Amino acid sequence: MRVLVCLKQVVDVTQIRVDSSTGQLILSGIPRKISDFDKNALEEAVKIKEKFGGEVVAVTVTSEDAKSTLREALAIGADKAYMIYDSALENSDITVTTFVLAEAIKKLGNFDLILCGEATIDGYSGQVGPRLAEILGIPVITYARKIEIENGSVTVERSLEDSTEVVRSKTPVLITVVREINEPRIPSLMAIMKASKKELNVWSLEDLGIPKEKVGLQGSVIKILEVKAPKVERKGIKIEGETPEEIADKLVKALMQEGVIGR
Amino acid sequence: MGEEHSGVWVFSERKELMLELLGKGREIADKLNLELVALLLGYNAKEEAEELVKYGADKVLLVENSMFERMHVEPYLNAVYNLAFHYKPEIILIGSTRRGKELASRLAAKLGVGAVSDAFKIEVNEEGKLVLTRIVYSGNAVATEICETKPKIVTVPPRTFEKLEPTERKGQIVQVEVKVEEPKTEIVEIRPIEVSRTPIEEAKVIVCGGRGIQSKDDFKMLEELAQLLGGQVGNTRPIAEDRKWFTEWVGLSGKKVKPKLYIGCGISGMIQHVAGMRDSKIVVAINKDPEAPIFQVADYIIVEDLYKVVPALIETLRKTLS
Repeated sequence: MRVLVCLKQVVDVTQIRVDSSTGQLILSGIPRKISDFDKNALEEAVKIKEKFGGEVVAVTVTSEDAKSTLREALAIGADKAYMIYDSALENSDITVTTFVLAEAIKKLGNFDLILCGEATIDGYSGQVGPRLAEILGIPVITYARKIEIENGSVTVERSLEDSTEVVRSKTPVLITVVREINEPRIPSLMAIMKASKKELNVWSLEDLGIPKEKVGLQGSVIKILEVKAPKVERKGIKIEGETPEEIADKLVKALMQEGVIGR
Repeated sequence: MGEEHSGVWVFSERKELMLELLGKGREIADKLNLELVALLLGYNAKEEAEELVKYGADKVLLVENSMFERMHVEPYLNAVYNLAFHYKPEIILIGSTRRGKELASRLAAKLGVGAVSDAFKIEVNEEGKLVLTRIVYSGNAVATEICETKPKIVTVPPRTFEKLEPTERKGQIVQVEVKVEEPKTEIVEIRPIEVSRTPIEEAKVIVCGGRGIQSKDDFKMLEELAQLLGGQVGNTRPIAEDRKWFTEWVGLSGKKVKPKLYIGCGISGMIQHVAGMRDSKIVVAINKDPEAPIFQVADYIIVEDLYKVVPALIETLRKTLS
């Protein structure tokens, strides 16, 4: 099996701070990491390799250096990593990112499986996987929580709102995974050391023959007008008392006044 | 694309969501002076088509095929793509279920256009452009965006917009034939998730438990509180995924709720959870830890052990409400 995993380096969203005077997010200096569900995709790819043999290739498209993130992917078990890195990619939308990713994959050759996370924790659009499959002209199965492989075909359990759907497809196929699919491993010290010797390739847009005008802000069709912390307008009233009963009593009275409980 | 694009299209495989999209679609279509078109892919669906007109559609494009009896994205994609390619709408609103999101993304790629996922606010600005607002950074921020392609695709989560009151109005039902290809993937089985209660999104009161709840059995206490308030119990993602006590959760990646009363018990208030309950009318938070971030989004703050407060609350409510 030759398995490709698409990864995105994202900011650790739990560490984002907000400038309270402007409502702007403070993103500089915040640690970067592999986006959560992408890590599940990577874990699944490594598990598949451990079972069936073959190779796991990790690829990312990025406007900032993501080498340490890719090193982590190599430590988790990817055999090779490709960083499509160009500062011109800054402010690229999904259309652009997916296009660049597709060009890179075409250059990397054929894969039996392409795995992606269901969405990334920053943009959370969930578009990259299905779009990529469409561009590459291969079938796609989204929201996988279990993948079984047998003789050139995959059987996948999809996690949908109202049902679990079991879908079968021939390979090559692109699958997007949900967090429930596995628990990503924490690489051992040995694995981390080994990873430093693995192949980490850096390609520029030029290497893919993509002109700079086709990427970044000018290549994008989605224009972001504003990104701001959501306004929270809450009362923030502290309810205190000597005993739990007193607290309960005060709260019930307050909620009745709000008209959210009682008759 | 230089050709004329016109019309606001709406589609969801879920009827209720389709009606909500028609509600918002009507407003957009009126502002932009466009026709509102509902795409109905189904089988024996004439009656439903007439209903869509009552809920605001100027026109219903009806495609009937036995393949549409259940939602398999591939034939749906086939049909919607062919229709969009032929009739050239300006805006396509698609219901943001997981199937709907896949459909929208693939459609966008096939048409070579932009798509905006999970817009919870859609406005038309002075220049007649569609301004879309969505949650980013796992709930830490909201982004307002404009999509510059025609058509532009927007997915809309359930219960975001209101459906209209049905009225007797004139609308056109156009039956169209679309060639549907054999799908590349095969649905082997569909196992419905049993829901023994009303969906949590519909609950007026939600008592939600987090990591502060020590055992699954203790949820009975929350259940009791919820019942007294005529509501339902919810939980956070770690309770579902790490402890595996439940299969659903309230949060950005789970159920988005907006009850009139939300009571968080032993919930720290991770941003992903907050993004799923932020629209609640009144938020009560009970947590021992005075630093818990949930308090920043709460109307009523109780820094106390939930194992003391919740039983007291149950007792008080029994007396008050009886």
